Amino acid sequence: MRLAHQMALESDLVTADMVEIQEFPYLGNKYNVYGVPKTVANETVHLEGAVPEPKFLEAVLKAGSTVNA
Amino acid sequence: MPLLKDKDREYLKGEFTRRLTSPVKLLFFTQTLECSTCELARQIYEEVASLSDQISLTKYNFVVDKEQVDKYRVDKIPALVVEGAKDYGIRFYGLPSGYEFTSLIEDIFDVAAGSTRLAEETKEALARLTQPVHLQVFVTPT
Repeated sequence: MRLAHQMALESDLVTADMVEIQEFPYLGNKYNVYGVPKTVANETVHLEGAVPEPKFLEAVLKAGSTVNA
Repeated sequence: MPLLKDKDREYLKGEFTRRLTSPVKLLFFTQTLECSTCELARQIYEEVASLSDQISLTKYNFVVDKEQVDKYRVDKIPALVVEGAKDYGIRFYGLPSGYEFTSLIEDIFDVAAGSTRLAEETKEALARLTQPVHLQVFVTPT
């Protein structure tokens, strides 16, 4: 969670939501969340588990370089 | 009854006094009906805000305060915006319990400072982004 919020702080283009899945089960279904943490970037890039900073960054950059659906 | 233990309150109070040199605004979006965790979320945020003069808490009604709901693009409750000199896009949807309570506290320090401890390479890479990225991190209570 921290990485997402830190990146939001560092970039005006990044916004980051913590979503507690038990309170919003419909989002768990929508994004096929079977384990946590799971990160979804721009609806397109899915990242499972807690990953190190470079890998998290890679997912953010990938989402930012794909034309938004 | 307070949610935080006395020793945690004292610890946080000390850290806030020492490290918070700029104001941090907690904007809480709630609704009295149809939100089973809103009451508990409100208590958590009230307690955190009570620990430092630098932390303010503003409560908005998700149904009534449409202008603020739109401005902060809040789409579900309970929601918390952690705002510093500006809105950085930091949101908590649902209760920040366990590890996520620590995330909230660390976010407050970062937002007050207006900077993070991310690696320089990470910051440089983020600076080259040209398109918006919306991150949703799904968690469970720990």
